[in-house]
Amino acid sequence: MSDEMKIGAYICNGCGLGERLDSGQLETTATRDGKAQVCQQHDFLCSEAGVKMIQDDIDNEGVNRVVIAACSRRAKTDAFNFENVSIHRANLREGVIWVRPDTDEMTETTQEMADDYIRMACAEAKFSKIPEKSGEQGINKNILIVGGGVAGMNAALEASKAGYPCTIVEKSAALGGATAQLYKKIPTKAPYADPEDTGVDEMIAAVEADSNITVHLNSTTTNISGAPGRFAADISAESGSTETRDFGAIVQASGFTPYDANQLPEFAYGKNKDVVTQMELEALAKEANGGAIKRPSDGKEVSSVLFIQCAGQRSKKEGHLEHCSGYCCSASIKQAMYFKDQNPAIDTTVLYTDLRTPGAGGENFYRSGQQKGVIFTKGIASEVVDGANPTVKFKDLILDEDNDLEVDMVVLATGMVPNSGQPTRAELTDMDSEDAEAEKAGEEVEIRVDVESILNLDYRQGKDVPHMANGFADSHFICFPYETQRTGIYTAGPTRRPMDSYQAREDAVGAAMRAISEAENAGLGRAAHPRVGDLSFPTFRKEGCTQCKRCTVECPFGAINEDEEGYPIYNESRCRRCGTCMGACPVRVISFENYSVDTVGQQLKNVDIPDEFDEKPRILVLACENDAYPALDMAAQNRLEYSAFARIIPVRCLGSTSLSWITDSLNSGFDGIVLMGCPSGDNYQCHFVKGSLMAQERMSKVGDTLETLNLEKERVQTFEISITDIHRVPQIINEMAETIEQIGMSPFKF
Amino acid sequence: MATKEYSFYPGCSSQEGASSSNYLKSVNTMCEVLDIKLNTIPDWNCCSASIGYCGGGELPRLALSARNIALSEQHNAGQDIVATCAACWLATKETQERLEMDGDLMAETNQALSEAGLTLKNENKIRHMVEVLIEDLGYDELGKHVTKPLEGIKIAGYVGCQTNRPFGIEGESFENPKYLDKFIETMGAEPVEKYDKKVSCCGGALAFSEPEKSQALIKDIIEAAYDGGADMIVTPCPVCQMNVEVYQDKINAKYGTKFSIPVTYYSTLMSVAYGKSGKEAGLDGQIIPAKKLEDIAGK
Amino acid sequence: MSDTNTSMVEKYRNNFLKEVEANVEEGEWVKMCMQCGVCSGSCPLGPHWDHPPQELFMMIRAGKRDEVLESTSMWMCTSCYNCIVRCPRELPITHIMHGLAHYATRLGIEPKNQPTRKFAQLFWDNLARNGRVNELKLGISLYFMNGIVEGIKTALGMAGIGMGMVKTKRMNPMEILGGHTVKDKKGFQAMIKKAQELEAARVDN
Repeated sequence: MSDEMKIGAYICNGCGLGERLDSGQLETTATRDGKAQVCQQHDFLCSEAGVKMIQDDIDNEGVNRVVIAACSRRAKTDAFNFENVSIHRANLREGVIWVRPDTDEMTETTQEMADDYIRMACAEAKFSKIPEKSGEQGINKNILIVGGGVAGMNAALEASKAGYPCTIVEKSAALGGATAQLYKKIPTKAPYADPEDTGVDEMIAAVEADSNITVHLNSTTTNISGAPGRFAADISAESGSTETRDFGAIVQASGFTPYDANQLPEFAYGKNKDVVTQMELEALAKEANGGAIKRPSDGKEVSSVLFIQCAGQRSKKEGHLEHCSGYCCSASIKQAMYFKDQNPAIDTTVLYTDLRTPGAGGENFYRSGQQKGVIFTKGIASEVVDGANPTVKFKDLILDEDNDLEVDMVVLATGMVPNSGQPTRAELTDMDSEDAEAEKAGEEVEIRVDVESILNLDYRQGKDVPHMANGFADSHFICFPYETQRTGIYTAGPTRRPMDSYQAREDAVGAAMRAISEAENAGLGRAAHPRVGDLSFPTFRKEGCTQCKRCTVECPFGAINEDEEGYPIYNESRCRRCGTCMGACPVRVISFENYSVDTVGQQLKNVDIPDEFDEKPRILVLACENDAYPALDMAAQNRLEYSAFARIIPVRCLGSTSLSWITDSLNSGFDGIVLMGCPSGDNYQCHFVKGSLMAQERMSKVGDTLETLNLEKERVQTFEISITDIHRVPQIINEMAETIEQIGMSPFKF
Repeated sequence: MATKEYSFYPGCSSQEGASSSNYLKSVNTMCEVLDIKLNTIPDWNCCSASIGYCGGGELPRLALSARNIALSEQHNAGQDIVATCAACWLATKETQERLEMDGDLMAETNQALSEAGLTLKNENKIRHMVEVLIEDLGYDELGKHVTKPLEGIKIAGYVGCQTNRPFGIEGESFENPKYLDKFIETMGAEPVEKYDKKVSCCGGALAFSEPEKSQALIKDIIEAAYDGGADMIVTPCPVCQMNVEVYQDKINAKYGTKFSIPVTYYSTLMSVAYGKSGKEAGLDGQIIPAKKLEDIAGK
Repeated sequence: MSDTNTSMVEKYRNNFLKEVEANVEEGEWVKMCMQCGVCSGSCPLGPHWDHPPQELFMMIRAGKRDEVLESTSMWMCTSCYNCIVRCPRELPITHIMHGLAHYATRLGIEPKNQPTRKFAQLFWDNLARNGRVNELKLGISLYFMNGIVEGIKTALGMAGIGMGMVKTKRMNPMEILGGHTVKDKKGFQAMIKKAQELEAARVDN
């Protein structure tokens, strides 16, 4: 596309804008200050006629930068959706008239606000390019599925049904995973009263019969390189042969490993043969196949059994799992039924502290267990005493007394450890301070771990997807399940979070769907969420790059590799377009076509800064477009007022904030700066995981800049904002206005 | 409106010279105004309330209520059985439900009944008088007959337990039933808003056997009424009425309170609002006189 | 029937639970308790129970037969039905409490001196004799249930209340001579007797 820039500014007079603002003045501002070559007004810009007016100018006048001076960029996106042009919004409705009182004495400052937003939108237009795909992409519909349990198999079956060829790589010699080891499964259908057949055999048969699904048994992925749309995976068989295949996206369904009960000597595991884990009981039940279950030590038919819930889990003790594995309560109820259904006279006791039976039918299943006469005792086991029959010592929490019970057999509900592979480089260096120091100093740090990698990613940041709490490979994205921090790789089943086989099957459907959509998106060069459809991608000016590696280290998605000289290599389709690399770059060489140091920097430079003695301060607000900006819009919808001196610029993520924006705005006479990002930390809400955290770290150093400028540190403040902080956001702005009133105007006004 | 007829189960406490004889008096007065005809079940017996369980097992207790229902079927065929006492209503309704659910118990009950020459079909509805008023007449109809609105009286509507649980009145919640407040309003008086002991227990039969524990409960019920600015308390239950009214002196002696709040039945309120005399409204049965009602009745 | 030597081994076996299921009114619900404690928290006399309902249910499952049946706890029930309407598992808790009290009485191991036990027995005797309750006789027997000296004290203490009731014609001193009865006393008593026989046959099986 020829990039002869032609800015068209379109001023809406609807929604009360015409009554509150001097549209003639706005037009003057757009043409004189904003240098818009075309400028038109309309009483109802988002109407069919208004939209047509704009489209006509695009078609006939060659307008390719469209400035819409109307409502928030989050409103009327369907109407203001024009092809092959860039669109810039001056937010006069939510950003101006809805947050300012309609009184005569306020007319002047309200108009100033509106004029500034028009200047800012025109400046953004001037410095934006229209993104085009890089040409790197191609569609690859093949989906790689790592793991052949119920989650992996179902992901394959679902993706195949949708027309996407799948390859399952399974480490063991057979499909079926952990579920294949079960005698029966927790019920999935009403009335949720009895254990059900696992259905694994049918699934395996369906997978084998599907010509769209290729299965590699006894195989692992020994190397995966590339990016969504062009992953190249080495699939290596135990026998030694390796083949390389290309894939569009990946589903990781690598399941779990049962917790090692040998770490529970207090329960006589390993010492007394009749103390077994839930998985071991499944084997005994399979063997009995509906007949009497016999205990391992002497083959005696079991007449009494006790289940110890939370054995080695939900505990902060060394070597124990901190998390609740979620399925073990229901599993114990199911296993108690193995006994009760065969012979109701068998005594079955479930020793629990908090019985948790998640899922639609969980409570019914619990009731069914009670109906069948399973005894549920609320208590904590302290010890299993070895003997001809094991004796369980426990504290009864309801009767508040110590008790013991001799039984034929004890079953430990030990829970699951996710098969999520190795920690990433960042996770490791977080753990080990020496490595962290070395990493910061830019040294190469060897990753030393004894865990085997699952994916063997050829990523600078580590061989597997990053882990969240307790080693699970979830992304912790509140609204985005299955997503990992590696674009195009989706986790399903217990590797993502604890769950039973039914949930794992369901989970796989979601992960398969995400994999399909990412394969398609990558093929078109479009971003995955949250900037779905964005065609821009980061590029860097090599001449200016100092090979400092900040961008590669700070990218939350591992999108950037390094070449031999230490220059960044972008993998566009791994990128989520957050701009954290742009914010990280100390020499400002990284930019997007439609988002750069200039698109924001020029906006703040085009704000009209009144003379110091006008007593009209200016407050720059950089607001994350994901949560803070919507919160501001909603505050406006609620007609909550805030200072007329605020000028708000949405940013992709606070992590993209360039320090130059701060220094430039202070230098040009802004009196205060408010930065609004998402909550960070363990319960972060940052849509790009670490962006807001990075921003806060960087901003903590702004104090020095302020000092050199001889400015008060209160002038720059960072806040964590949730989308629900509707009442808080105006308050924050107003408090900054008050602060400025107290400490005085900035001396840097020209 | 045509006369409505019901088979009536008055219960032991309503008998002449018994603790809630004044309740029956006001009910009769109220029913006369509302054109309700109550056909007493001939030779009815005690329901064993909720306290017969020591000596009486399940089946003997069910047989008691079954006898009443069977007598009603025989003499007041096809009529709904109506009780004014919460315990009577509850025991009878519980019996009906349990015999409906359990065929064996039903058969055994009939075996026992045959000793008294009776059989049970168990087909008629068992209802509380309050249900009749709300469902068969409605608040509008109840309001139409008001000739002396009870203006200037603030009343705590004390629903208590057994009129409210486990069956309760259709459409009302267990935690905050509103019908008694609506009665009060309909009669022109002002209900205490947010009366937080509305459905608390007065101790029931344990007022006899555990007087101190029960009186502690009663104290809270009265205190909350005073806190809400009540001039009096109104209730649909004979046990509630008696417990809350008669122990006030004892509670005053023990806790140093100065309670002297009248406790009447909804039917007392209605009789007075309908322009009847204090005697017809059963006001002479008040141990703590309901002065404000007496004044209105005397006008 | 009483099996006092429940060994520690048998403590958590189902024996007593089965006994309760078979013999106690609504006893088959005991196993469905999920130990949330809402019943205990909802009971107006909750603090006075040695073992609140939730705990009784656990004790039954734990086979604490004597401790349950000899307990005064279920005799604290005021029949307010709060627990029933609030129980998330819809256990008929009030009825189970009555059932346990009755079963203990049937076995002769109930706490003999518990005041509500005495009152409840008097109430039943009073009604079973005449078909209707005679409040005055019931009241007088109640005052003297702890012996003649205690009775005179109680009666004197309650005299004020009695006088109030008499004055308002809500208590009739003449009832001592006879008072309310059903007319068909013979049929009534035969019915109760039959019901008791049928129940005994069922429970003792």
